[in-house]
Amino acid sequence: MKTVNIMIVGVGGQGSLLASKLLGNVLVGQGYDVKVSEVHGMSQRGGSVVTYVRYGDKVYSPLVAEGEADYIVSFETLEAARHAPMLRKGGRIIVADRQIDPMPVITGAAVYPRKILDELKDKGVFVDSFDALSLALDAGSVKAVNIVLMGRLSNYFPFGEQVWLDALKNTVAPKFLEMNIKAFRSGRNSQ
Amino acid sequence: MKQLLIGNAAVARGLWEAGVKVISSYPGTPSTEITEFAAKYNEIYCEWAPNEKVATEVAFGASLAGARSACAMKHVGLNVAADPLFTLSYTGVRGGMVICVADDPAMHSSQNEQDSRHYAQAAKVPMLEPSDSAEAYAFAKAALDLSEKFDTPVLLRMCTRIAHCQGIVDVGTREETPLLPYEKQPEKYIMMPGYAKKRHPVVENRTEALTVFAEQCPFNKVERAPGAEMGIVTSGTCYQYVKEVFGDSVSVFKLGLVNPMPVKALKDFASGVKRLIVVEELDPVIETHLRNIGLQPEGKSLFPTVGEFSQKDLKKILLNVEEESVSADSPIPGRPPVMCPGCPHRGLYYVLAKLKLTVLGDIGCYTLGATPPLNALDSTLCMGASVSGIHGFNKARGGESEAKTVCVIGDSTFMHSGMTGLCNIAYNATNSTVIILDNSITGMTGHQQNPTTGYNIKGDPATKIDLEALCHALGIGRVRVVDPYDLKECEKAVKEELSAPEPSVIISRRPCMLLKYVKANPPLTVNADACRSCRSCMRLGCPAISMKNGKAVIDATQCVGCGVCRQLCPFGAITDKEVK
Repeated sequence: MKTVNIMIVGVGGQGSLLASKLLGNVLVGQGYDVKVSEVHGMSQRGGSVVTYVRYGDKVYSPLVAEGEADYIVSFETLEAARHAPMLRKGGRIIVADRQIDPMPVITGAAVYPRKILDELKDKGVFVDSFDALSLALDAGSVKAVNIVLMGRLSNYFPFGEQVWLDALKNTVAPKFLEMNIKAFRSGRNSQ
Repeated sequence: MKQLLIGNAAVARGLWEAGVKVISSYPGTPSTEITEFAAKYNEIYCEWAPNEKVATEVAFGASLAGARSACAMKHVGLNVAADPLFTLSYTGVRGGMVICVADDPAMHSSQNEQDSRHYAQAAKVPMLEPSDSAEAYAFAKAALDLSEKFDTPVLLRMCTRIAHCQGIVDVGTREETPLLPYEKQPEKYIMMPGYAKKRHPVVENRTEALTVFAEQCPFNKVERAPGAEMGIVTSGTCYQYVKEVFGDSVSVFKLGLVNPMPVKALKDFASGVKRLIVVEELDPVIETHLRNIGLQPEGKSLFPTVGEFSQKDLKKILLNVEEESVSADSPIPGRPPVMCPGCPHRGLYYVLAKLKLTVLGDIGCYTLGATPPLNALDSTLCMGASVSGIHGFNKARGGESEAKTVCVIGDSTFMHSGMTGLCNIAYNATNSTVIILDNSITGMTGHQQNPTTGYNIKGDPATKIDLEALCHALGIGRVRVVDPYDLKECEKAVKEELSAPEPSVIISRRPCMLLKYVKANPPLTVNADACRSCRSCMRLGCPAISMKNGKAVIDATQCVGCGVCRQLCPFGAITDKEVK
């Protein structure tokens, strides 16, 4: 099979590492070769962060390059647009419809492009945007946006819900499991 | 058993299985998790040392004592540890010893992109370079045998894309290695001239023996593509990009032992191809070796010396192919990293910026004080350079400078290499003002304990170095502590210490907001009726505050209620009360 490329993008500190860990566990459990490239260090402090997840029969490069991504999962609107050039033709963006102003916008040096997702849709890009933040808050924590997004993403994969829930059990601390299952299901059933 | 492990966890696993007993390290992205994962194995004693030189010397001591040992650091950390490294090459080891060093091409979290392969060549020690997690595990494990077989420390070179990439590793079990009996061997371990002169030829002979070993060693791999014109010599993560783009359609010589490199094997490989290409990030180390043995490769004539590669670069440079892509037409504002909401450094930096001081900075989260709107830093060089640097700055510019210049350094960085600079300030007498930003943790690398936190790597209570007493002991009479959330107190302290007729230390003390034990206050809100759009609060550069429809707004999901912005609002519009 052709290697499938997924990018998880967002703002440092939003929990993309946990999301990629869950996804990696699901894919390894399905018997694929998997590589997951994480981001640590300085950009974790509120900067633009990218995690690459690749799976297939044999995965070589840990990175996804321009025009190669099958899926971009984004925690934030602007970050989805920033990484849109990474999408292959026919690729999909799954995005939490949420605006987090970067510092150049806060200081007035730049303007936040509010209609940016519509621009992409007008160019024929598949964009699945939804209010992941409200679903996360309903599940019990703003921090659960990552798992809500994974729930939404799971609809695009042929693996059953139980596969994801089993992987979730191996990924999050027991005391947060119930909240995360709720978050995952609310994302999965939101479509 | 198959596990999905980041390269650093795979290294830790390999070291553990090889029977390593002692690991000492200083955290540094992208090397930190090697030691964090190793610390989860009870059979290994692990510690955070104050700096990389100490860590390497601790590993040496353990090796001398007959145990297998290791240390881990980022590329610039090896600069600090270079002193023991170069002479360790002469002494060799007793128990096997591995020095893990992680380079950071593209500088994701570093101040330069130096290539640590030069150290292997300069210190004349072998260096292994894995290309994925499975090799990181296997090479780490094998490095201990290599170290003992050739009586040398072994460098294990990681890079960001290996260290922080998860891949599948088929792990094994730990084999205990017995502690070797201690033998006093002055001629081997006392490196004074008489003995060192005898050791240098040993080093040269070892390199010769390692070069012979390299000709057929299990770390190097030749993949021949019958009939292919192109032959690529590569190593590490670049090997993956080569395979991604070319699969089995070109011949590949993959170096796992990147120092020393073979001669005959590479000449044989070159003789079987029409076009010899080197794909390597950073400096032309492999390319230079190929030229030195009389080959004519293409390398840096095609590929940049700057930054990291991906399959995209290889496709474009070697095949002239670019993938199609779509982008939005509106400009996308950048999103640089910022200090977190509630970061204790922010209040202090606000005061320094307000007083328009010259600020010599250091390495850590607080380097982010350099960014707009605070723009509070003038320099950042390396660990500890703020404290040493302000002394030189003030010696050059005199009293006028002493009254308006400070330096800032974190608690962990101060323990790493700020102390010696402070000792110099006291001893050689400048009236310098040093600010220690004590957030009670090593922040940027992801919360590691250090000698000032009172806890060790396992989170168990440990001796807590008293910073005030330490500064006094280093010869500083004026030492005071401020709370960086209290802007008035900070401003008063900075002004007083700048005008004091002797050197002083201000400890700006408040724990990092991200620490689990630090509880957030309820978020603050802006009373839009009271807000007069003066933007005073915007001068802090807090990511939780923005302007919406001309009024300041605080994002309740980000605000931790630190209250610094409230002290700046001249109209009392920022409140902890619900605003209807």
